[in-house]
Amino acid sequence: MMSLLAQFDLTPMLSLASEETATRAIGSWAGWIPLFPLIAAIACGVLAYRPSGAKSKRAGLICIIGLGLAFVVSILLALNIGHGQGHVTLFEWIRTDHLKADFAFFLDPLTSIMLIVVTGIGTLVAVYASEYMWGDRGYARFFAFVSLFIVAMTCLVLADNLILMYLGWEGVGLCSYLLIGFYYEKPAAVAAAKKAFIVNRIGDLGFALGIMLTYLQFGSVEFAVIFKQIEAWQASGAEISTAVQTIPFLLMLGAFGKSAQLPLYVWLPDAMEGPTPVSALIHAATMVTAGVYLIARMLPLFLLSPYALPTVAWVGCITALFSATIGMAQYDIKRIFAYSTVSQLGYMFMGLGVLSSVGGTFHLFTHAFFKAALFLGSGAVMHGFAGQLDLRKLSGLWRVPGWQIVTASMFVACLALAGFPLTAGFFSKDMILAQAFVTPGPGFEAIGWIGLITAGMTAYYTFRVFFRVFMGPVSFKPGDDHHGAHDDHHFHPHAPGPAINFVLIVLGLGAIFAGWLGVGGASHGWFGGMVHASSANYEAVHETTHEAGFFSNPHQWMMLASSIIGILGIAIAAYLHLLNRPAAERWRQAILPVARLAEHKWCVDEGYDLLIRRPLRAVGHICYALGDTLIINGLVALAGWIPRLIGAAVRPLQNGRLQGYGLGMAGGAAMLLIIVWWML
Amino acid sequence: MTAPLSLLALNHYLLVSGVLFVIGLIGFLTRRNLIIMFLCTELMFQAAAIAMIAFGAYHGNAQGQVFLIFILTIAAAEAALALALVVALYRRRATLDAESWSELQG
Repeated sequence: MMSLLAQFDLTPMLSLASEETATRAIGSWAGWIPLFPLIAAIACGVLAYRPSGAKSKRAGLICIIGLGLAFVVSILLALNIGHGQGHVTLFEWIRTDHLKADFAFFLDPLTSIMLIVVTGIGTLVAVYASEYMWGDRGYARFFAFVSLFIVAMTCLVLADNLILMYLGWEGVGLCSYLLIGFYYEKPAAVAAAKKAFIVNRIGDLGFALGIMLTYLQFGSVEFAVIFKQIEAWQASGAEISTAVQTIPFLLMLGAFGKSAQLPLYVWLPDAMEGPTPVSALIHAATMVTAGVYLIARMLPLFLLSPYALPTVAWVGCITALFSATIGMAQYDIKRIFAYSTVSQLGYMFMGLGVLSSVGGTFHLFTHAFFKAALFLGSGAVMHGFAGQLDLRKLSGLWRVPGWQIVTASMFVACLALAGFPLTAGFFSKDMILAQAFVTPGPGFEAIGWIGLITAGMTAYYTFRVFFRVFMGPVSFKPGDDHHGAHDDHHFHPHAPGPAINFVLIVLGLGAIFAGWLGVGGASHGWFGGMVHASSANYEAVHETTHEAGFFSNPHQWMMLASSIIGILGIAIAAYLHLLNRPAAERWRQAILPVARLAEHKWCVDEGYDLLIRRPLRAVGHICYALGDTLIINGLVALAGWIPRLIGAAVRPLQNGRLQGYGLGMAGGAAMLLIIVWWML
Repeated sequence: MTAPLSLLALNHYLLVSGVLFVIGLIGFLTRRNLIIMFLCTELMFQAAAIAMIAFGAYHGNAQGQVFLIFILTIAAAEAALALALVVALYRRRATLDAESWSELQG
């Protein structure tokens, strides 16, 4: 089987053209990748502004075509770029004497992989949403935002300098805000949108400071210049200054904000207030991986500090475990998958941190497929059962007519998320965990063990959803959106249509087969080859990994260990949630305090409220009382008070008596006369 | 036009003018009757007119007299207006005392 998989190593086939011509040929296309979605965004936006076009079916079609074309160009780019690099300048953007930031693209294999994920999942989600969002009065608006999101995300991925990347970074943040708050009449959605935006501001501040410090230290914000400088330092063995070592920590803050890691993860679960296709596209598959991409892209910079990557690894590890514990106790399907996303993003950071850049990016790649499938599948359930997402109120869906494809794709995606052998998540997760045991670092072995335990928890909560919702006896209650019949007996769930089913089938296949791109060979097959040819390459990783014997090769025993743990998790879920459902409730009662706390998300939101929001409010009140009321208002009052005082002093002169004025006038004239007399 | 005025004669005229002006001023400042006050202003007016003519004669040109004609014309119109105002004020308060109009005090 391994030999068969080894044939997936497509690299010789792909690098047909010599690198020179490839680079030149790519140059003319890469600009189209953001341009097609941009055209679609403008067209949909125009439709949305016209009353007749707001619900027009054309918007969905325009968006699908725009994103589809971008996907095709991305595929061509990936085929052409091989293991080479390219650079395209679209136009000069910022040019001063010292600072140069063009609207230019930096093309390498990592870029092309990210582009395939972004545009590919984007296209599928657009197809799905063309059915899912049908009938909504913001139909065209939705597709305008989605297209705009793809524009921003491709700019982020393609950028050849940190400033253009920041532009894309803020652009995706804006689209995320707009789409979380898509149902702007719902207070919860508005609150969630604001929360996402504000929490991301904290991270983005770090990113912005990181860019400024990079510019101060390197004199440039362009990746090529930065990487060359780092190479020169490494070659000369120069001492790395503290300022340079600070940069990765600042960039990290931005990455943790965007990718929902501790302590900035709180916005992502709330982001589920947005329409489900958005949750799948932005808050599971693409935008939230921007932080992972940032660190992978800037990996040479992170390697300069001995503390940067271990910090990344530990934060990722703790986040993975922490959010998995919350995910185990939730009842809302989308929220479970949201916490699972936070957890899986933790795995990606863990991978980057333990120097498995291939594992981290590969998990990003496979996760995009199965998490999109999970979200879109739960979206189909939500759509069909009038907004019902509580797993206690849904059961046995696979027996309901028309739900077999949803069930099958959910099953496959759950297997992939649980790390079941030979599915996509299995390969990528093992790569990360095995590397944790190999790379020497502060507590990396502990990270590996925690990762393994978390893998078991992941398998449990994933299949808790699956067994509850899709297996067991048929029973369901419609959600709040069901307004028609008054009693539940007359409720008929409407099964998903062809567009939704098609997308779920494609993603389900991806959840099985995407992992095979990373199988085989010393450098993890095709995918590994691509990553090693990019800026996320780290050569030293492979020195220790290929000794003889089973237990000395962590990749092999990790596959076995994680298979066992994954299957164990699935088995526990099967017992508690399929075979003996009352037992689950008994177990919950036995550990009620802990279960309650986990259901309440360990009270993190309340904690932030108490520790950050309230003190800040108090500071605000003090500033208002001291600064605003006392100083500013005081100054304004003083400005009015001085003329009033003068007026009060002079006012008695105005006594209203005609003779008084006459005397004053005569006196004044006489005075003037005397002065003139005296001066002459 | 007769012969120009001598400096001595000019001083006499100016003295008359000054005395007339001061009488008018004192009357304006001391009397409370609106009509008397008004007459005093007219007195001051005429004092200025006399000074004007005297200077005109002293310099041997007609400008002083031209001014006087204008001043008399305006004074006539102004007198009509001012007396009308006095009548209006009287109708309001049934008194001519200037002290009764002191609402504009600060």
